[in-house]
Order: sequence, then structure tokens, then C-alpha cells
Amino acid sequence: MTNAASFATTPSGAKPKPFITWERFVVYAVLIVCALFFLLPLYIMIMTSFKSMAEVQSGNIFVPTLHPTFDAWSKAWDSACTGLYCEGIKVGFWNSVKITVPSTIVSIAVASVTGYSLANWPFKFSEVFFTILLLGSFIPYVVMIYPLVIITRELGIFSTLWAVILVHTIFGLPIQTLLFRNYFASLPQELFKAARVDGAGYWGIFFRIFVPMSVPIFTVSVILQVTGIWNDFLFGVIYAGPTNYPMTVQLNNIVNSSMGGKAYNVDMAATILTGIVPLTIYFVSGKYFVRGIAAGAVKG
Amino acid sequence: MKNWKLAAALCASVALPSVAMATDLEVTHWWTSGGESAAVAEFAKAFDATGNHWVDGAIAGSSDTARPIIISRIMGGNPMGATQLNPGKDADELIKAGLMQDITDLATKEDWAHILRPASQLASCTVDGKVYCVPVNLHSGQWMWVNRKVFEDNGMAVPTNYNELIAAAPALQAKGIQPLSLAQGWAIGLLAGDLMVAVAGVDNYVKVYKDRDMTIAKGPEFTKVFEAIAAARQFAPADKIVPQWNEAVSLVIQGKAAANIMGDWAGGEFAVAGLVAGKDFDCLPGLGLTPVLDTGGDVFYFPKNADPAITAAQLTLASTLVTKDVQVAFNLKKGSLPMRADVDLSKANDCMKKGLEILDHSTAVFPSGSQMIDRDSLNQINDLLNEFFANTDMSVADAQAKFAAIIEAAPK
Amino acid sequence: MMLIVLGVFVCGTIWTVLFSFTNIKILPIFTPKEWIDGFVGLANYRRLFNTDRWMSCPAITHIGMADWRFTCTGALPNMVTYAVLSIAIAVSLGFLLAVLMDQKIRAEGVFRTIYLYPFALSFVVTGHVWAWIMSPEYGLQASMRQLGWDSFSFGWIADRKMVMYAIVIAGIWQGTGFVMALMLAGLRGIDEDIWKASKVDGIPAWRTYIQIVIPMMKPVLVTIFVIVTSGAVRIYDLVVAITDGGPGISSDVPSRYIYQNFSANLGQSLSASTVMLVAMAIVLIPWIRMEFGKKSQA
Repeated sequence: MTNAASFATTPSGAKPKPFITWERFVVYAVLIVCALFFLLPLYIMIMTSFKSMAEVQSGNIFVPTLHPTFDAWSKAWDSACTGLYCEGIKVGFWNSVKITVPSTIVSIAVASVTGYSLANWPFKFSEVFFTILLLGSFIPYVVMIYPLVIITRELGIFSTLWAVILVHTIFGLPIQTLLFRNYFASLPQELFKAARVDGAGYWGIFFRIFVPMSVPIFTVSVILQVTGIWNDFLFGVIYAGPTNYPMTVQLNNIVNSSMGGKAYNVDMAATILTGIVPLTIYFVSGKYFVRGIAAGAVKG
Repeated sequence: MKNWKLAAALCASVALPSVAMATDLEVTHWWTSGGESAAVAEFAKAFDATGNHWVDGAIAGSSDTARPIIISRIMGGNPMGATQLNPGKDADELIKAGLMQDITDLATKEDWAHILRPASQLASCTVDGKVYCVPVNLHSGQWMWVNRKVFEDNGMAVPTNYNELIAAAPALQAKGIQPLSLAQGWAIGLLAGDLMVAVAGVDNYVKVYKDRDMTIAKGPEFTKVFEAIAAARQFAPADKIVPQWNEAVSLVIQGKAAANIMGDWAGGEFAVAGLVAGKDFDCLPGLGLTPVLDTGGDVFYFPKNADPAITAAQLTLASTLVTKDVQVAFNLKKGSLPMRADVDLSKANDCMKKGLEILDHSTAVFPSGSQMIDRDSLNQINDLLNEFFANTDMSVADAQAKFAAIIEAAPK
Repeated sequence: MMLIVLGVFVCGTIWTVLFSFTNIKILPIFTPKEWIDGFVGLANYRRLFNTDRWMSCPAITHIGMADWRFTCTGALPNMVTYAVLSIAIAVSLGFLLAVLMDQKIRAEGVFRTIYLYPFALSFVVTGHVWAWIMSPEYGLQASMRQLGWDSFSFGWIADRKMVMYAIVIAGIWQGTGFVMALMLAGLRGIDEDIWKASKVDGIPAWRTYIQIVIPMMKPVLVTIFVIVTSGAVRIYDLVVAITDGGPGISSDVPSRYIYQNFSANLGQSLSASTVMLVAMAIVLIPWIRMEFGKKSQA
């Protein structure tokens, strides 16, 4: 029990339970062991990014560097070449933001309303519609590229931000709709019925009852969309047009150069730098994973 | 009507380069590593000097990633000004669909047929007598790279060809050194292709790939080829095969492996590591057996464009890419051979000079695989060879039969 | 918007299926005339199922007493292996982590971010790190032997029979975090009163989870299952980054076949997609009818 006891000496605020239990020790042990497994590749990436290329080529991947250097990081952000321009991955940052923010908002808005309709306002072909959507989530998206080129061309939006937002919304929709439909279906139906009796309409019920009760699922949905859209390369490069190339185009150019030598240290730094935005979202999203929202809404 | 427009554009580009309006021309290519970027910068500098502006559209990942993107852009009605693309069979469909600019007039005017060599390069840009692309350099894949130190330190003779390396292989293995480093994927295809050329000879190789001569593909010459490949797989077992070509080269540089077979672009890795050709390492064209080289290389196509200003700029760019100064500056940085014989290459390194010498003997050069057969068939051959390397249960006869079946089914 | 999306999926699917019967190669075609001109019947499908890379099943003659192997190899069976294993492990591990995270622990945000971060990083590079870790030359095996553990062996990635399991490890690493997040959202959506009630009744926590919480979370579990399955069916980046289908073609998967042929032989790409689509439809449609059909009647 000495280990568990040492937990007790760590400073703690007011906790609902005493801290020194055998169960809690197991909980933390499992969480920490799993965390170590998850962290191993990150450790190697960070170590590699602080090495020089000579050290990367000769050294052991697990051994920390003796001469840490920030060169790879500044190179990745600021001066790594992708073709003619040697300005690192920072070039596409704002374009990525311009693509990700509207695409995330539009796709989640559309999907949550669609999911709400499917769950609570079934229409004639809603089952067929849902089946097609679900099947859609199993299609390898690459085969849809050419038909979408023709569709966006006919809509007159090819090579614009609109096209890439549309494409992300389309491909995000199957999974997102499923997410919301099933979540809304699991909420107590009495609420919905009571609201209808009170005379609330389609939008009224959605905004006043369903949205406030569904903060955790909106959070998951944001996590999913931001990650997918921020890391997308192919759709950005095809539909957004060269003036809107996202950051991942630079990342791909740095990481995937086909014939020239690979600078692994810069690759690692560039990857971590590109991932910072979704990582921040994950961390910040924490406070929306709160229990009791559903319960609170029922009572309020 | 079209010809008139083209002629006008041609006049504008050639006769009045200094008064021509500055046009932004987006150029797509997949050169993104440090050395490649420096080489592209030479193109851009020269093009900007004509009063136009090179807008760079680099997309890494070679033709597999880039091709769908390029096709999408063209189909979507927003084509780039110029684009790198593999020449030959891959681009034929785009040309036949009428999506590419015909630059025959410029080629005739500047007499490319005579200033650019070898003839195979311009030929692979030519469809039905019309020229559609500009070849900018030559890359060859038939090089063996040997770390001299590995042999010298162990008191062994440095091999001068592939056969000597194989003879020395057991001794190397006894000392814990991998005789041949190898990367998976296309690198295995490259090794096997080199062995076809080395064992069966250039003539038979071309007869199989270009003329689809099935008697040779199924015959004893190619049985020997597959036996040689089977011998090579003993010295590069599955758990020693690395994912990337440059990791395989790196094993040679570090002395963990004795040799690697790779294209001339591997020279850049040795240069970065500070190794000197002839002193620290040897580069042996044609695997040291017969000095022959294939003539792969990079070319630029010009998608058709509605804007005459862009068409004019396209022709200006095409012309710029093959001027003497640009050819020298670009190829020295790229580590490839220039298209023109009439340029000064005193600054070239030893390996490049060896390559140039071979290039002067036109019988020693032959077209690269992708100039003779379509990408789909090449992919299938690659799959087969990778499987043959990884699966020691697969017999020589089996592999040869499957190879012949792919060649037979390939579209002419 | 819903109609546009529906239209896109339907049009795209129809195009995929129809033109999988043509000799379409590199340049896409769309018109009926091009379809008639390029029609080749089942040629693409014949080639697909004659390709070892897609699927190859040993003849029954191979079966002997000592060597009883009736296993198919190729992209399609690899995907099934991957899907079954990665889904089973990611879902159970994700559930375990979510339950533990739900015990009012400290630094929940830190743990959650640690489990989720693999999801955020481009797999092109993290896959390469996994390739390093699992490579017998550079990775764990080499390091353990350097430390003096000479018999340590971990060479799955270079072993034709084990390589898919190596990819499963990386897949779990990448996908479990999201399962955990979704489970956690589901757990947090459960009414606090249920816990209080079960505590009053003296039901142990593990029984509350199994008998009350899991059934209540069924919609979320269905969502998770569909998301994880669709990810596993479309698995691509992972394989490309870690093995690129190697050794040989032993870790190839359908998406890789579809992607590679997309820029070399569209006909193959489209016919392979159609096969995947039909297979998924056969599995999914009866299930959807069962799952959702009865609810809409109720």
C-alpha cells in the first residue's frame, strides 16, 4: 500500500471521495500504462525532431539526443522548401483555417439537423435516405473525385473555397448524421412529446431542447470534423484551387518528396506543428465532456 | 483558326519577348526535396527573366499522387499553365482527348530534333507526328553504388561489377555485412529491370517491353534473368528490405551494406554525406557489366488554355527550358544529365561524366520502362517482383510465367 | 443540402458501377456514348478476381493432415482480418479507458489528449515512426538485443504471415482514442440519478455498467461500431505508411488497390470499389432494416 499512500501526499483540493483506495491505484496504473503505449511514438518523433540528420541516420531511435537542436523546428515552420518556395509550412496555415472553420460549422449544422429530422420527424423515405447515407460512409472516397469535379464545375464553384466546403460537408455527412441521429434517438422521447404539446415547433424543439442537451456529442463531432478536415490533403488540393492550398499541401510536399533525400527530423517537426490545432481542440474540448447536462435540461 | 492563334502566340513569345505582357503561369511538378527545389528555382529564375512570372504549384508524391490532381484541374476547367507528367503512354490519353497544347511549331522552329538528344526523348513527347511536351533532363536507373571502404577495411577487392559483388557476397555476410541493400516497392522493380538489361541484354529487354516478343519473355534468356533475381533475393532477405530507397542508400553510406542498385539520383545522397566518387564510393553504370543507360527523364506538358496570354507564356516557358544556360544550371543542381550535347559541363561530378560518355554512344542508350509500356502493366510487374522477393516459395518458372502473362496482356 | 448530398452519393455510385464495365484507363469518361464505345463487359471483374493481390485462395489439394491450411491471401482477406481484430480491440480498450476516465480522476484533460493525439497527426509520418519501431533493423528488436537480450524477437512487419497484426497494433494506437472519446460522451449523457439509484440498491459498479449502462448506451455503441467499421473497411494511410503493402504484396488492402489503380487503370479501381460496395450493402442493408425498421414502426 505504500504506492497508494504516496498518492495521498500529493496536494489535492476538496475531493468528493477519499483518495487512498486500492481501486484508484489500479485505475491510475491502467491509465498510465496505456498512456505510455500511446506516447511511445510521440517520444520518438520529438526526439528525432531535435536531432541533426547525421545523428538520425547513425543513432538509435529510442536514445535521446546528446546535442539537441531546434533547427528542424525552425526549418519546418519557416524555411523548408516545397518546390520553389522555401517558407516552411506556415504558408498554408491561414488557408487551412479558412477551409476548416466554415467546413466544420456547415457540416455539423447540416448533419445535426439531418440527424434530428431522421430521429424525430421521420419522413416518407427517411429509411432509404439513411441507408444510402450509411452506405456512403463505406465508399472509398477517391472514386468520387471525378464525379465531384464535374458537379462542382457545373455549379461554377470549382477551384474555390465553396467547392472544398461542399466536398467536406458531403463526405462528413454520413458519419456525422449517424452520430447525431443515434444520440438524439437515445434522448428521452417524453421531452420531445411534452415540447410538442406545449406548442414548440421544429426549430424551437431543436434549439431549445436538443442542442443544449447534446453538448458532449457536438464536441465529439467537432473533434471528428476538425481532425478530418484539417488533415485533409487531397480534397484541398483538388477543389480549393491553388490560392487556397491548405497547410497539408506543404506538409505533404516536405514529407513525401519522392526522389530527393528525406529529412526525418524536419518531417517529424512539421507533423507535430501541423497537428497543434487539432491537439489544442482536443485539450480545450475537455470542459464540454461534462456529466449532467442531460439531467439538468430535463429538470430545467 | 487554332493554328492562327498558335502562330500569333508563337510570334509574340519569340519575336517580342521583352514587350510581352507579364503573365503568371502556374507550373505543377513533384520536385520538393532540398536539391530538387534548388533545381526548380533555376527554371523559375530564367522564366521570370523573360518578363513573365512562374507560380509554383509543387505537389509531392510522384505521378501517382499528382496525376489525379492534374487531371481534375484540367477537367474542372481551371488548368495549370504547365505541368510535369510522365511522358509516353501515361500522357497519351490526355493528348488524344485534345487537352494538351500542341507545340510542334516551336519545336520545328528551334530545331529540337537536332539539338536535343537522345532522339528517344523527343520521340516520347511526339504523338502522330506532333510534339506535346518538352524534355528537360535525363535520368538513368542502371547504377550500382559500392562503398569502397567496406571492402578495403576487410582486405577484399572492390568489385567492379555486379557479378563480382555476388561472388564476394558470402564473404561479406560472414563478416556481418549485407551484400546488397534494398528498398521495397519500385526499388525492387528497378533492381529487377537492371538485371534484365544486364543478363538478357538491352536488345532482348527492349524486344520484350516494347515489341512484346513473347518467345523471349517466355524463353531461356529471361529464365536466366529470373534466376539472377532469385539469387539476389538470398542476399536481400525480407527482414532486411527497408521501406524507402534513400534508407537503402544510407545503409551503403554507413557501411552496413556493401552496395545498392539505384538510379543516378542516389548520387545526391552520397554528396550530402560528404562522400567522394572514386575515393569513398564507386558508381558503376550498367551495373559495371555493360555500360548502358536507359533514358528516363522529366518532361513538361502544357494543358490547353482559353487565354491567349497564357498560351504565349506557355511557349515562352517551353523555349526557356531548353536554352543552354538553363539546361546547365538546372541539371547540375538536379544531378541529372542535360538534354543538349552543346553545353559546358566541366563542373559535373565523376558519375555524371561517366553518364555523359555513355550518352555519346547512341547504341548504349535505350528507352525507360514507362516509355515502352503503360503504367498499369508496370504496376503489375512491380507487384509480381515484390512478391517474388518476399515469397521464397515462388519458383523461378512461376514468376517468369506470370511476368510473361502481364506482358502479353499489356495494351500495345 | 440533403438532396445535393444524396444526389452526389447516388450519382457517384451509379457512375462507379456503370463505368466499371468499360475499358476506362486514366482519363475519366462520363457520356453514354463513351460508355457504349468502351464497354468490355465483366473484363475488369475477371481480372480483379484473377489478381493474387486482390484475393487468392489455395486449392483444396493443399490440405494435408500436417499442413491444414485453407486460408485465402490478398487485399480482401487482409482487410477482414484487420477489421475484425482492430474493431474488437479498439472498442473494448476504448470502453475500458472511458470507464476509467469517468471515475472523477485527476488530469482527465491530459489523459484524454494523450489517448486522442494519434488521431490528430498525419499518419504519413506517424506511420513511419511505427515502421521504425517495428522494424527488426532499427526498432525494438535491435534495441533489446543491444541491451543484451539476444533472443528478443519482434519482426512481424517483415513476416508475411504476421504483418497484418503489426498493422493492427498501429491501428489500435490510432483509433482507440476516438472510441474512448465517443464512449465518454455516451457515459456522460447517462443520468446521474441512475448511478445514485443503483448505489442505493447496493448493486456493484461493474454490474451497473453491464446491466444498465451498456444497454442505455446502445445507440452510441451502434454509432461507434459503424464509424470504426467504415474506418477499417477503408483502411489505407496506415498500410501505405507502415508497409506500403509489403513484404511483397502480403499486407495489401482494398483501398490501396483502389487508390493505386485510380491513377493507372480506373476500370480496375471502379470494379474493386463496386465489389466493396456490394459486399457492404449485403452486410448493411438487412441490419439497417432490422435495426431501424422496427423503430419507425413503433
